Amino acid sequence: MSGRILTVDDSASIRLTTKVTLTNAGYEITEAVNGAEGLEKAKAGEFDLIVTDLNMPVMDGLTMIEELRKLPAHMGVPIIFLTTESDADLKARAKAAGATGWLTKPFDPENLVKIVKKVLGK
Amino acid sequence: MSMPDPVAVFRIEAAELLEQIETGLLDLTHRLNDKDQIDAVFRGLHTLKGSGAMFGFDALAAFTHHCETAFDRVRKGEKPATSELVAAVLAAQDHMRALIENPTDDHGEIGERLLAQLRLAVEGDAPAPVAASAAPVETAAVADDLHTFRIRFSLPLNSMVNGTNPLGLLDELRDLGECHVVADTSAIPSLDVLVPTELYVSWDVTLTTDQPRSAIDDVFIFVLDDMTLNVETIAAEAPVVKAVAAPAVVAVPEPVVQPVPAPVAAAAPRPQPVPEPAGEKQQAKAAENVRVPAERLDELMDRVGELVIAQSRLRQLASTSMDIQLRSVSEEIERLSGELRDTMMVLRMVPVGSLFGRFRRLVHDLARETGKIIELETEGETTEVDKTVIERLADPLVHLVRNSIDHGLETPEERRAAGKEEAGKVLLSARQAGGEVIITIKDDGRGINRERVRAKAESSGLMQPGQQISDQDLLQMIFQPGFSTAAQVTNLSGRGVGMDVVKKTVEALRGAIDITSKPGQGSEVALRIPLTLAIIDGLLVRVGEGRYVIPLSAVEECLELSLEEDLRSRGRSFISLRDSLVPFLRLRDLFRTGTKPDTHQKVVVISTGTERVGMVVDQIIGDHQTVIKSMSKLHHDVATFSGATILGDGSVALILDVAHLVAAGQQQEAHLRAAG
Repeated sequence: MSGRILTVDDSASIRLTTKVTLTNAGYEITEAVNGAEGLEKAKAGEFDLIVTDLNMPVMDGLTMIEELRKLPAHMGVPIIFLTTESDADLKARAKAAGATGWLTKPFDPENLVKIVKKVLGK
Repeated sequence: MSMPDPVAVFRIEAAELLEQIETGLLDLTHRLNDKDQIDAVFRGLHTLKGSGAMFGFDALAAFTHHCETAFDRVRKGEKPATSELVAAVLAAQDHMRALIENPTDDHGEIGERLLAQLRLAVEGDAPAPVAASAAPVETAAVADDLHTFRIRFSLPLNSMVNGTNPLGLLDELRDLGECHVVADTSAIPSLDVLVPTELYVSWDVTLTTDQPRSAIDDVFIFVLDDMTLNVETIAAEAPVVKAVAAPAVVAVPEPVVQPVPAPVAAAAPRPQPVPEPAGEKQQAKAAENVRVPAERLDELMDRVGELVIAQSRLRQLASTSMDIQLRSVSEEIERLSGELRDTMMVLRMVPVGSLFGRFRRLVHDLARETGKIIELETEGETTEVDKTVIERLADPLVHLVRNSIDHGLETPEERRAAGKEEAGKVLLSARQAGGEVIITIKDDGRGINRERVRAKAESSGLMQPGQQISDQDLLQMIFQPGFSTAAQVTNLSGRGVGMDVVKKTVEALRGAIDITSKPGQGSEVALRIPLTLAIIDGLLVRVGEGRYVIPLSAVEECLELSLEEDLRSRGRSFISLRDSLVPFLRLRDLFRTGTKPDTHQKVVVISTGTERVGMVVDQIIGDHQTVIKSMSKLHHDVATFSGATILGDGSVALILDVAHLVAAGQQQEAHLRAAG
């Protein structure tokens, strides 16, 4: 299994965990620290999947997802968001913005890999 | 590659987060209702909790959770921000630090005391203690029973755009057990209305599995709320050996082809799974607002454009006809198509407020970075602009605001010394004037230092030393590529990139930039942007036998090229225009028309703000409202023309790309000058 994944999170520790987990699972990881940087990197590269946090400074994950979905090249690219919220409203907003799926923090690294595989398909 | 220890990274990050939370809280002690700070503190607590739980700092996560909840309620406006709350969370900070440094120590007592304090601050009553991680434990059914489910599902139309792969979902169903999949393609519309990114197919799956019903929901977990999913149990087998069960599976009737009343449910077996009654419900819900993909609006815009063109042909025909009825119908259609065009424009309009909203945070961040006190005011948020224009304006505006703050506004000390209020003002305003929207960024800072602009422009070769230049032209120098007066390069602006990009973007939108500045009183940059991109006012000219459109906004003046001036300017690159020399292009030569020139040629002087170029044409036909059609892919590389339009008689006129022609004229001038 291989694929290029962009991870967007303002938390260095979550970024690191995500990177270690997904690198070990055979994926190629690019990182961004907020929505604005995520948007830029997504535009500049080709990714099979984007994993993003929602609450971030500069540009939040919701805005980034909305902006990405406006670009023809990023229609259909799966986007998973990480959330600690049990807030159904935020989840609904992220879905409305165009997200594909989600993972609730704190997450088990194994679960992350499972979700990534599910969304990327065979 | 060695990876650093995530826990160590977390500790560093947590220290930074705590610092950030503390700063926010301290700010809040002065201004309790600062929404940005409340958000920032909430976000900090939120990240701290989330990351803490990830790396086994459970006590920290549980404790922080309460503080976060308290701030969340303030953020949502459920509770007011009180100084008691800020004080309680400030006190809790040290405890969080201790929980990070020594997570294994027993902190229970202090934690309880702090939480009690917090509760008291929030409402004086105790919120039910919430376990930080209360993940519902699903008891996986391990029964060996084989069930047969009939699963009928359709996904939301936009699910493929949103990254859901329906084939992947079918694969997951196949992983659960033996599957028989029938796709229902009856909802696929005819090609002319089909949107390729939308999902019109629904599926009817017969699945035989030993997994419980919940396993099917798990497959669809991310789309469950938005999709239509209908699962019926059509056969439940007794726990039997699988080898025996296999023939039974084959024996399951084909429900799609021949609906057989199933033993359990199937109250309404349908040969056709669509239309779904749920679909009707959704339609009823969406009645108030209709979401339309932007490209459909573009399509409609195209049609309206074509209609306007057809209508102007009709008008031309009618004007030469004696038939009164034809003329009255033509007038009627002219009025209707005009109204239709106006309605169409309004559909694409969005309020500028959505753009201005982004600047609050930016200004706040800049204030902290620069140590300046900044008040941002906005005006005219309801002014509406074409959606495309808004999107393209975002970056230039960010740059202009940054520039105002970085270069324009003084530090509080400087302002006090100058007898001004400590807080610098930045005003973002929008208003409509005729066919344009004017967006202004105004500050009350030190103003643009003209001496420094001149010195910089001279040293970088943008103007001759001592050259006479109008004040406006001098100020416009800051939009030249590579120009920057920042004595010290900060990370905000002053790298010399950006301001020229601002100008380019605005010009690409066929807009213009005005700049005014008073020393010691501040500067004002006004962007004048046309309301819409699709239709422009143009000047129709003839060169040889071809007709061309020059955007009217770029035209400065038109004059006659007298015979003697024409002869005098042969082999030269200038004509004299009221004592100033203007480089010019003979479009006849440029387009190689090969026809005889008219005896009275005309010069159309066009400008891009700072530079002017004259263009010699054969005839000026008049003004013409132009519906812009983009050029085909084949002509993508043609730089001289920005598009084409269809004239009333059905012939095509090309639209000249002003920026390119001005650049070409200037280049030719430089070339001729070099050649002597």
